[in-house]
Amino acid sequence: MTTQDVFFYVFSLLTLVCGALVVLNPFSRNPVTSAMFLVLTIVSMAGLFVLLHAFFLAAVQILVYAGAVMVLFLFVIMLLDIKEEQRRRIKTFGLVAGGASVAAIVGIFAYSLFQSKLGPASPAPLVAGATRPLGELLFSRYLLPFEMLSILLLVAMVGVILLSKKDLK
Amino acid sequence: MMRAGLEHYLVVSFLLFSLGLLGVVARRNLLVVYMSLELMLNAANLALVAMSRFNGNLDGQVLVFFIITVAAAEVAVGLALIVALYRRRQSAHVEDLASLKL
Amino acid sequence: MMLQHIAWIVLFAPLAAAALIALATRRDDRLSAQISIAASAVAFAGSLILFLAFDRFELAWSWLNVGPLKVDLGFKFDALSGLMLLVVTGVGTAIHVYSFGYMQGDRSFARFFASMSLFMFSMLGIVVSNNLAQMFVFWELVGVSSYLLIGFWYERPAAADASKKAFIANRVGDFGFLLGILMVWGLLGTVRFDELEARLRTDPGAMGAAATVAGLLLFCGAVGKSAQFPLHVWLPDAMEGPTPVSALIHAATMVAAGVFMLCRVFFLLNVPDSSALPVIAWIGGGTGLLAALIAVQQDDIKRILAYSTLSQLGMMVMAVGLGGPGPAMYHLVTHAFFKALLFLGAGSVIHAMHHEQDIWKMGRLSQRLPVTCKTFLIGALALCGVPPFSGFYSKDAILAQGFEHNTWLFLLAVFTAWLTTFYMSRLVIVAFFGGPKSSGAEEAHESPGIMTSPLIFLAVPSVVAGIAGIPGRLSTQFGAAAEGAHGPAGFAALFEPFSHSPLPAFLGLLVFMLGVAAACSFYWGAKEDPLPSKLGWFARAMKDRFYFDEIYSALVRLTQETIATAAAWFDRWILSGLMVRGAHGTTELVGRALRLAQTGNLQTYALLLAFGVAWMLFYALVAR
Repeated sequence: MTTQDVFFYVFSLLTLVCGALVVLNPFSRNPVTSAMFLVLTIVSMAGLFVLLHAFFLAAVQILVYAGAVMVLFLFVIMLLDIKEEQRRRIKTFGLVAGGASVAAIVGIFAYSLFQSKLGPASPAPLVAGATRPLGELLFSRYLLPFEMLSILLLVAMVGVILLSKKDLK
Repeated sequence: MMRAGLEHYLVVSFLLFSLGLLGVVARRNLLVVYMSLELMLNAANLALVAMSRFNGNLDGQVLVFFIITVAAAEVAVGLALIVALYRRRQSAHVEDLASLKL
Repeated sequence: MMLQHIAWIVLFAPLAAAALIALATRRDDRLSAQISIAASAVAFAGSLILFLAFDRFELAWSWLNVGPLKVDLGFKFDALSGLMLLVVTGVGTAIHVYSFGYMQGDRSFARFFASMSLFMFSMLGIVVSNNLAQMFVFWELVGVSSYLLIGFWYERPAAADASKKAFIANRVGDFGFLLGILMVWGLLGTVRFDELEARLRTDPGAMGAAATVAGLLLFCGAVGKSAQFPLHVWLPDAMEGPTPVSALIHAATMVAAGVFMLCRVFFLLNVPDSSALPVIAWIGGGTGLLAALIAVQQDDIKRILAYSTLSQLGMMVMAVGLGGPGPAMYHLVTHAFFKALLFLGAGSVIHAMHHEQDIWKMGRLSQRLPVTCKTFLIGALALCGVPPFSGFYSKDAILAQGFEHNTWLFLLAVFTAWLTTFYMSRLVIVAFFGGPKSSGAEEAHESPGIMTSPLIFLAVPSVVAGIAGIPGRLSTQFGAAAEGAHGPAGFAALFEPFSHSPLPAFLGLLVFMLGVAAACSFYWGAKEDPLPSKLGWFARAMKDRFYFDEIYSALVRLTQETIATAAAWFDRWILSGLMVRGAHGTTELVGRALRLAQTGNLQTYALLLAFGVAWMLFYALVAR
């Protein structure tokens, strides 16, 4: 039981609890609350990334998700000025069916995980988790997808501008 | 307590994925549904990074990078759609958006 | 021998003319007519050369050679086709010239001549065929050109209907003809006339019991084309076409094609196993009597002549059926001359009367139209069988044939001859003598020379064909046995019938006198027909053509309505009900069921998606 393991347990617990609170908050139905817990989830996930030596991704996670995406969420929530969600009658059928589907997937995952013989508990020979090799990979082997992503972002940007115009035709 | 291995990370990932799925299926507020989707994506990211770490190559991390980028774009477009919908319907409630039904 | 190849010129000159007119000179009426007339004249000259130079020869191109079926495009020249060639091209040329005057000013002058040339080509093709298949091809071509010419004034509903009627009635007969050809081919393995004849000569029983059926099927073609009972209804209606067409096609040549074909395939009918000939004889005789009866009560000059044609064709068919293709062909030739003459005369009258065809509106035309009247009289006398006109000799040959073979048919033929004289006398007396019965009759003018000269040209053979030795020439074809002793030509032929078989000859003369006498007593000076009051319903039935058209249309309507009702039922309940509505109903039912799944609720879809994912994961991870 090393320090890393302790951190793993701390971060994963934090991730799961916050994730649960995003989805099922017994105290508040306000989307803002959910958004805040989502921020927490993402930050603790970044901690897990650090534990996995993915420092660059951890940074990106915080910058893009916790920074940009969540700001966007909050911005939209405020733009729409959504009141606290009124408590509607929960449909038992939906809940049961949803629960059943989730349970089925969890069961299958658990079964396959239990069946599989994964490698040693210790990490494989360490690859330098630094940013440099990742960058080299991105700009050599994955150059084409990378460039395509840039185009995707451009398209998304244009699309969003068009969609948010007031008189949408 | 055990040493944290690949399967531990995978268990966390699966649980997070299931929570996200539950949110997508059960929550009625479109924004929260969206956040749940983000949870699911993050769960996949976690699994990918863990695999990359324990198998000793970086391809998984590149993929995660791409996923984060695509997710950012998707959130932008999705939120714009929600805004447009809200303008027209004055609601961000899933059950009010059933005009596809005959 | 190079001279033989004139044959191809004879055959193809009219086709070339038709093509030239249709493709090039259509806009120039005069030039088109001249081309057509020239082609016809060339064909006539060629035929004359061939007729004088040869007795028989045969040319052939191989046209079809498919397995056991070998079909030539042949040119068979012998006594039969030589004589027929002369008739077709000779009468044809006269009528071409006549048309130049008669059709003057018609909108589609060039089209008329193109169609006439096409008809000439088709008819010549039939005449010179050396095999059944080629004959059938030209047989159909003749049907088509006849259709084109009957419906020449297609803007008139009556003409359009008549052309359709002619075509359909011919098709019915042609279908039987085709079956007959196939049957002969199947039984004897060839369609060439000379090979067929050779096979039957070595083995007369080669066709076995099927001989009767095959013969009657071939006869079906003649029934259609020569308008025999029960397909006779189209010929009178065909008079809706221009009068030259009636003269050329529906009096002189095309309707004779049926008789010609019967003579051509006579060796197929005249085999020991076949009992087709008596049937043919009775149908011919019946048609002759029936048509003569109808002709007695017709008022339209062209219709009288049309029924007269029917009647004479019936006589010819009867002669074939009695085993006498020689007399039949003899009568065909003379009939072609004088019937064409009569029709052209009628056309001249109609032309002079400004398209009035009712004989009860004519009268005293003998003074207004002297040339037409004289030539018409010659034709009528020939038709009635007065010596020394040609009709007497050929009709006597038929009567003698009947006298020798079948007494009942002989009496029937004599009665028909009496009727013939009666209605022709009626026509002549009412139309040409007596007082004028309308203002049009008083103002009629003789037709121009281009129309009267063909009349004179045709009047000559109408008179002398009887002593031109035609039977002698034909006897080389059919042998003396079938021919009787009608051999000599020239002066000797003049009184030959009286010495050969005196009873038919004198009986023929007697019925002529009786007929003229009866007609004179009824019609001399009459203002309207006295017969209906004397004969009552029978006269009305004759006038209404014994209601054949009505019976046929009722029959057609009945069958059509039965079939249509059945088809409508099938359409409504099976096609529309079971198939169309069934498919539509099933689709809709399934659609309604599937629509229940389309709630429009986002989360239901998500749920279904989740279950789908779980299912696929189950297969991918657990159940592999």
